[in-house]
Amino acid sequence: MQTITDYLSAEHRHCDDMFAEAEAAAAKNDLAAAQAGFTAFHKGMEHHLSKEETIMFPAFEQASGSSMGPTSVMRMEHEQMRELFAEMQAALAAKDTHTYAGLSETLLVLMQQHNFKEEQMLYQMADRTLGDREDIVRQMEALP
Amino acid sequence: MSMAGLSLKQAPPISVPFRFFLSAPLFLLLAALALLAAGPAALESRWSQPLLGITHLLTLGFMSMVMSGAALQLLPVLAGAQVPQPRLMAWAIHLPLLAGTLLLCGGLYFSTAILVTLAIPLLALAFAVFLTIAIYNLARAPARNASTHAMLLALAALSLTVGLGLLLAAGITGMLKLSMLPLVVLHVGWGLIGWTTLLVIGVAYQVVPMFQLTQPYPSIVTRWLGSTLFVLMLVWSCHLLLPEPAASRLAIAAACGLAACLATFAVITLRLQQKRRRKVPDIVMQFWRVGLASLLTAAILWLAGQVSTTLANSTFYALALGMLFIIGFVLSVIQGMLYKITSFLIWFHLQGKLPPGKAPHMKDIITDRTARWHWRIHLASLPLCLASAMWPMPWIYAAGCALLLGGILLLTNLYRAWNIYLRAGAKAQGVPV
Ligand code: HEM
Repeated sequence: MQTITDYLSAEHRHCDDMFAEAEAAAAKNDLAAAQAGFTAFHKGMEHHLSKEETIMFPAFEQASGSSMGPTSVMRMEHEQMRELFAEMQAALAAKDTHTYAGLSETLLVLMQQHNFKEEQMLYQMADRTLGDREDIVRQMEALP
Repeated sequence: MSMAGLSLKQAPPISVPFRFFLSAPLFLLLAALALLAAGPAALESRWSQPLLGITHLLTLGFMSMVMSGAALQLLPVLAGAQVPQPRLMAWAIHLPLLAGTLLLCGGLYFSTAILVTLAIPLLALAFAVFLTIAIYNLARAPARNASTHAMLLALAALSLTVGLGLLLAAGITGMLKLSMLPLVVLHVGWGLIGWTTLLVIGVAYQVVPMFQLTQPYPSIVTRWLGSTLFVLMLVWSCHLLLPEPAASRLAIAAACGLAACLATFAVITLRLQQKRRRKVPDIVMQFWRVGLASLLTAAILWLAGQVSTTLANSTFYALALGMLFIIGFVLSVIQGMLYKITSFLIWFHLQGKLPPGKAPHMKDIITDRTARWHWRIHLASLPLCLASAMWPMPWIYAAGCALLLGGILLLTNLYRAWNIYLRAGAKAQGVPV
């Protein structure tokens, strides 16, 4: 039986891989590969974030009776990441790989400390509190 | 664990960690200057008074200083809750640590007992506050893993180190009549291997996979290494209670085990980094690699000392071990991480203040170019230090200059970053956000 923690943590690892590919291509000044890599990474991240925001977080908020708790901070950090995605896309469009590298470094730290909090705390709490966690995983899997 | 208290948003004000991060490089400079001023006399033996002062400029002034700042920043994340009154706590740790370290080091360096006496209550206060906050918050952390486990062991070791240090200080001033040597041996062992190494191990379990995108540490390592090290330290400590020759035998056996643990940690981390998924050049990782290579060298030298008494009794051996460990291992790792944490925190606090997209990114806050220059100088200082352990005259001057230059580069990089924060923050006040 797959837990929420396993399911969403695996997505983090997968996004990390795409992140690293885009970053490596940009460092080699291979703009086409960097753009392709970034697009794949960005799409993967948005998909992952929307699974959380539209399925897992609401279920958790309902179970805990509050939308002001940990999920509100996670949503805020998602927005911070989205700002960096936009800046990274703009840097690629401007063929500015130096700025891309700096933004990429910044995103990595933001994203990893965020993932840490989710994996070590939030997901595990969700697994413990949400009655039908298999159903939650199934719904997330079905999200287009 | 109730969810109500878990906020996940606990960043303290930026001044809380930065007062520590901006003070620490000053102690590096001071250490280098003190080394240059004392000259070859400092390295006549490991017990020379100037050297004891310089050692604590590094261990208390730099290592403990950075660790306190980082802990106040990161503990809330680990514990999932604010440290109450973070500003007050920062004052209560920073000021006495700063003053107490200056007094203790001055007292040791100049052999002035009154300064040591004055340092005792200040350092006792700083560490009492720090240890209380750190142990309390870590012990209730909802994230229970190998990392927090190793950090808790490290904090236990730090408590012991500080307790012994304060006893030694009281011994120096004549307040207490003590047989110093066994206490110093324990103090050094628990300080360098117990506290420092366990802390680095606990931190590495998290940050190496996270920021360098490596595989996680093998679970057999994360499960056993920290506890094994701690238990071996306890076993090693017991040798002081035994009569000869049992004492020497136990000490040698435990030291071999400990050295093997250190080497294992270094080799595994180097291997993980070699196979990392993140392929871009990363200056912070280069600092880590120098640190780990130094740790491995220190472990091998330490093992060699268990086999050869001639080596173990030489002045070179003690000096080189200390230098490899403190300057090669600990300083490298801490300085690398300092760059990452300071540039991220400045970005983080600025993006909250400035309009979207206006905050400078991490590589604009601390550039790769200046960080890389610092890394080169730091790397160059290591062979110079080792040469000075063998031939104090004239190498101590070359080593001292390299350490001084490294300290200046760290200082300017961090102060320039801080200045970026202040200027951008000032601009933000005029801008509707
Ligand atoms: C409250 C904090 C501390 C105090 C009061 C203190 C005090 C002392 C004193 C008085 C000595 C010298 C004993 C003698 O004259 O023979 C000493 C030695 C030493 N201390 Fe500390 N210490 C403190 C913290 C630390 C920490 C945190 C570390 C390292 C992580 C450390 C590392 C050392 C080393 C390496 C030596 C001995 C050098 C050698 O063996 O040659 N100390 N300490």
